Amino acid sequence: MKKIKFSNVLIFILLLALSVVFLIPIVTVIVNSFKDKFSISQTPFVLPNRETFVGIENYISGINDTGFLSALFWSLFITVCSVAVIVLFTSMTAWYITRIKTRFNSLLYYLFVFSMIVPFQMVMFTMSKMANVLRLDNPVGLIFIYLGFGAGLSVFIFSGFVKSIPISLEEAAIIDGCNRLQTFWHVVFPILKPTAITVAILNTMWVWNDYLLPYLVIGSDYKTIPIAVQYLKGGYGSVDMGAMMAMLVLSILPVVIFYLACQKYIIKGVAAGAVKG
Amino acid sequence: MRKASKRWFIVFVMPTLAAFSIAFLIPFFMGLYLSFCEFRTVSDARFVGIQNYIRAFSDNGDFINALWFTVKFTFVAVILINVIAFLLALMLTKRIRGTNLFRTVFFMPNLIGGIVLGYIWQLIINGILFNYGYSIISNSSFGYWGLVALSSWQMIGYMMIIYIAGIQNISNAILEAARVDGASPFRILRSIIIPSVMPSITICLFLTITNSFKLFDQNLALTAGAPSKQTQMLALDIYNTFYGRVGYEGVGQAKAVVFFVLVAVVALMQLYLTRSREVEN
Repeated sequence: MKKIKFSNVLIFILLLALSVVFLIPIVTVIVNSFKDKFSISQTPFVLPNRETFVGIENYISGINDTGFLSALFWSLFITVCSVAVIVLFTSMTAWYITRIKTRFNSLLYYLFVFSMIVPFQMVMFTMSKMANVLRLDNPVGLIFIYLGFGAGLSVFIFSGFVKSIPISLEEAAIIDGCNRLQTFWHVVFPILKPTAITVAILNTMWVWNDYLLPYLVIGSDYKTIPIAVQYLKGGYGSVDMGAMMAMLVLSILPVVIFYLACQKYIIKGVAAGAVKG
Repeated sequence: MRKASKRWFIVFVMPTLAAFSIAFLIPFFMGLYLSFCEFRTVSDARFVGIQNYIRAFSDNGDFINALWFTVKFTFVAVILINVIAFLLALMLTKRIRGTNLFRTVFFMPNLIGGIVLGYIWQLIINGILFNYGYSIISNSSFGYWGLVALSSWQMIGYMMIIYIAGIQNISNAILEAARVDGASPFRILRSIIIPSVMPSITICLFLTITNSFKLFDQNLALTAGAPSKQTQMLALDIYNTFYGRVGYEGVGQAKAVVFFVLVAVVALMQLYLTRSREVEN
């Protein structure tokens, strides 16, 4: 730091103020999760005092009411498996249809791209009926559905990157006696790794937070976290605000841990995903 | 050779294609067809022509109201999000102390899911309004501005990251040359920075417009359309038409097709308009 410019100090203060504004909603929820449920909705901006502080009572009732631990398990299971399946299969597909140029393959490519702009509501009814008929209305079936639904964006991003890999590498591998699967696995996939991370990050953010698709496909038999949170609200009775606050904190927690652990990749992934988009 | 390539096609493409067909392709075309039918389950479809489309607009004002609400919301949200995100990106590329920390904070809300976001903001907005004797569902404009605040909070960070990447790509030599030539900061912004980040602007507009148009979870959690469906957006209206009562499945599907065409037309138009302003470099 040679000379501190006055304008930079102003910007720093402005950014600091904005950061506080950005953090207030989260801090408010955390503070309220320790308050008595009757003092939450009317005075959310008041710190808990001796009368309204209830310790972890809200957490206990929230976890019990919604089956949070099982929701956490299913969310993790569905997200991790779906993302792994998506990355593996769509990278293979993208490589194949980009390298082997047939009319059918380019039609496929355009269908994948096309699927990206179709809103979920267009297919939600027919898709969930179909999942029902094909007995895909369980967590494993859901992973298959996610592969189909995530294919558009993922194939698109992978294809964009495959085009920039020199084909001579793959030709050398073929001459050396690799078959296509070996070529892909030993030569192409290692080069695709940064893109694979981007695709994994974008899909994780989507699958983890997705509400409507799993709700329509498997209902509330295997609740994921968003479904568990919405379930607290369900029905016509009044909502237990204490349990709700605790659930909100518990749902944010894994996300924050994931974010702080992989921040570098997430930021890069978002920027890279956008360039390809 | 042909046989071999067929075998590899099965290995490389079949799994994705099978899932894609079942989750997207077949439901999509079935949906298109069913929008011209009356049905409860799918197997009992009976062709009725464009009747569903007429009913979508004439049965009640819900769809038109939702459309109007969505357009108003999208317009304001897209401008707010992009202007603030761009300004933040400008500030965060000035090598200021704590840049990384600020970026972390601004981006974080983006990772929180729509349902959870909705309930967080319901608490905040109700807490403020309570002092004046209102709640978020007493007036549709509370729900409207609540949604705008919520989606700004959520999407600004994401767009900011994209703008930062765009700004960092501008070569320092050009900026330096402009400064030596005595260009004012505003002039540099208008004549160098903005034209150079046009690709980022294209992407950000595309993402914010389509995301705002398709908003569902946040809408459901924040107000669920209350008061009396006045804050219902298109996606939620379609959902309620499908699952709210029996006998409206065809109408719901017709609304969904209209929704799809709208999103596609708006997105493609925007891509065409901003792409044409991108400079070759």
